[in-house]
Amino acid sequence: MSMEIPLGRVRGLGAAGEGAEHWWQERLTSIAAFLLLVWLAVSLLRLPGLDHRTVASWLADPFAAVPMLLFVGVAFWHLKLGLQVVVEDYVHDDGSKLFWILLINFASILGAAFALFAVLKIAFAGSAE
Amino acid sequence: MHRNPSRPLSPHLTIWKWGPHMLVSILHRVTGVGVGIAGAAALVWWLLAASEGATAYATFLEWATWEWALLIWIPLSWGLIQHTLSGLRHMVMDIGAGYELSTNKTWANITVVASVLLTVLLWLYIFYGRG
Ligand code: HEM
Repeated sequence: MSMEIPLGRVRGLGAAGEGAEHWWQERLTSIAAFLLLVWLAVSLLRLPGLDHRTVASWLADPFAAVPMLLFVGVAFWHLKLGLQVVVEDYVHDDGSKLFWILLINFASILGAAFALFAVLKIAFAGSAE
Repeated sequence: MHRNPSRPLSPHLTIWKWGPHMLVSILHRVTGVGVGIAGAAALVWWLLAASEGATAYATFLEWATWEWALLIWIPLSWGLIQHTLSGLRHMVMDIGAGYELSTNKTWANITVVASVLLTVLLWLYIFYGRG
């Protein structure tokens, strides 16, 4: 039998039914997103242009491809958590809330998968040159 | 969420005054959602086009460098900068610092002014800085 008092069981649950871990991950991904965003902005502004050859040979370098993979992962993770919080704040009907949360999860994972695949493809193809 | 409408509502929701902290709070959410949808879509499009080859990339560039596309790129870059600056402010406040009224107001104002300034500098650099 649980010795937990009722308050202990509900603490941190809130509108979503869970919370502390989500909140903490949103902060961790913020810090990572910030660092990677600075890297991305500096790198893009330092490239001589954004034509295909320049971008493809830049991403063929592991020191560009790996941070880019991390950026995609972190940014999509952060925005998935973030959009989910926004839905939990405004959508109170359980059915529509489920719909929006599923949509956010599917769309962000789909977007992240395509972006990650694209970077890997460039990175692996580029090594042949 | 089930309020009995015949009971009086505490006036806490009607007693407030506009301030920079409210503006920044709203901007943080709006820019997060905007960049999280439009920016993420643009990122995926750009990377996919680059991975598909020179022809697909040329189509992407044609759209991206269309002059009216600036109506998307400039707000998007501002949104990302604003969200990043207010995000940094958020982290400081999450630690529990910066709640003194004047400090809070000053930093809220700084994020708004700095995001506009940085956006202007960014686009000046893109248009004129590379020569
Ligand atoms: C990479 C681009 C980014 C995107 C697409 C993005 C997107 C989002 C979205 C959609 C939210 C939810 C908005 C809300 O709950 O009001 C959010 C929340 C948040 N973002 Fe970002 N973000 C990005 C980068 C950053 C950076 C660089 C930082 C910090 C320096 C940051 C800090 C935060 C924080 C602290 C929250 C939580 C706000 C809250 O709980 O009220 N974000 N982000």
